[in-house]
Amino acid sequence: MSMHETKSWPAGQGTMLPASMESWNHKHILDLDDFSREEIDLVFEIADGMVEILARDVKKVPTLRGKTIATMFFEPSTRTRASFELAAKYLGADTVSLDAAKSSVAKGESLIDSLRTLQALQVDTIIIRHPCSGAPYLAAKHLETKIINAGDGCHAHPSQGLLDIYTMRKQLGDLSGRKLVIIGDIMHSRVARSNLWGTRNFDIKVILCAPPALIPYGLKQWTENCGLHHVSIEHDLDTAIEGADIVMPLRLQKERQQSGLISSMREYIRLYQVNDARLSRAKPGAIIMHPGPMNEGIEINHDVAYGKRSLIEQQVTNGVAIRMALLYLIAGGKIR
Amino acid sequence: MSEKILLNSSDIERVLVRIAHEIVEHNKGARNIAFVGIKTRGVPLAQRLAKIIQTMEQVDIPVGSLDITLYRDDVSSLSFKHVVQQTNVPFDITNKHVILVDDVFYTGRSIRAALDALIDLGRPETIQLAVLIDRGHRELPIRADFVGKNIPTARNEEIKVYVSEVDAVDKVAVMRQEGGKNEHA
Repeated sequence: MSMHETKSWPAGQGTMLPASMESWNHKHILDLDDFSREEIDLVFEIADGMVEILARDVKKVPTLRGKTIATMFFEPSTRTRASFELAAKYLGADTVSLDAAKSSVAKGESLIDSLRTLQALQVDTIIIRHPCSGAPYLAAKHLETKIINAGDGCHAHPSQGLLDIYTMRKQLGDLSGRKLVIIGDIMHSRVARSNLWGTRNFDIKVILCAPPALIPYGLKQWTENCGLHHVSIEHDLDTAIEGADIVMPLRLQKERQQSGLISSMREYIRLYQVNDARLSRAKPGAIIMHPGPMNEGIEINHDVAYGKRSLIEQQVTNGVAIRMALLYLIAGGKIR
Repeated sequence: MSEKILLNSSDIERVLVRIAHEIVEHNKGARNIAFVGIKTRGVPLAQRLAKIIQTMEQVDIPVGSLDITLYRDDVSSLSFKHVVQQTNVPFDITNKHVILVDDVFYTGRSIRAALDALIDLGRPETIQLAVLIDRGHRELPIRADFVGKNIPTARNEEIKVYVSEVDAVDKVAVMRQEGGKNEHA
């Protein structure tokens, strides 16, 4: 079996919900494939209110007082975990943070048993990151507790997808007719995948740009099957970046490169690094985003990462507001 | 459901002018006062009051808007939830006389939430409450300092305030529904 077959693009459901604000009834947040445009707009509207709280001296509201939110991360993370925990704290919830490496998982406890223990501890929401695609779905199936997917394998990272689109909207306004280029390790990127689902109702063009070996086998077919007609693939970065409004290089996941998908790091940098020369081909006023963490000098150079077009730090701030909105929305109750 | 008009556009204007005078009288002038309207319809009412006093006293009066959604006492109950909107109080409320403005004063729970929301933003010298309509049925020990009109109501009636900035028309109406418990104002 070739490597491409073992790492084929995960299948999505692509179900569309009835489009109205009253239709918000996500108990869990697992991926953006079941989010309507209206639901995404609702998340954004609430996030606008949360941004104001983040700007206050006293960043605390009592909304989720008495609720407990647990983060359980089976993979390393800085920003996502801190972002979720601060979002919960700013809304007044209590948080408990479990590090899988130091928990009973290290003694051989199964995922479901660990999560059941949290449920028995009366935790209201579990935020889970796991190296296996689908782990949060398994959790949602077996538990009564609400589950938020904070990244599962190469599959999905819904809160990142939302904060990316939110950041684009805040900077560019209407996204109609805009062109987003996502560059690099598409194969392993749950961020790219959640962005594809998230942008599908925004009349935006998405170009995935990577060497052929970093594009999952069957991706073209998959996007067509899922109705993601706004997505195309381009292997040449100079062509892809032409006239782009949003340029989003992804982290080259060095821990997942042992299998020789790229011939050499030097070649990758030469062909796929986003630098000033390449950026000059994009639209004037184009913005730079990166889901982090960055490998500075590999997929992005220093000047671009910290230049005036970079929104990388805004993404992090907006991420807290988006996660506050999500925690608020799944806390129970229907939207009036 | 039957609708009866209680105040028309010029009634509302007269009521606001009277409240504005009461506020100035009570505070011995308009120095150091600020208005904060509770979303949605308290905000245009606060702006109108500020404008009247500005013309009267020739001073600038800051106006802010307060969204109390995150401070409500029913957020995590399994009933209903409101869309969070933006709070915008672009001035420091500390040491100011803050006049909180709302359209309908009912159970007092919105005002309780608004007091918490306001106190998170600073420490005002005083907080005073101005409402267009007081319909009674308090559930908390809270009273208004300035009342446009007292309208005794039954719980199955609904008081609806329309303001031109939001609803394209100025009026106050009472609606009677058969049975059913009303939402908390």
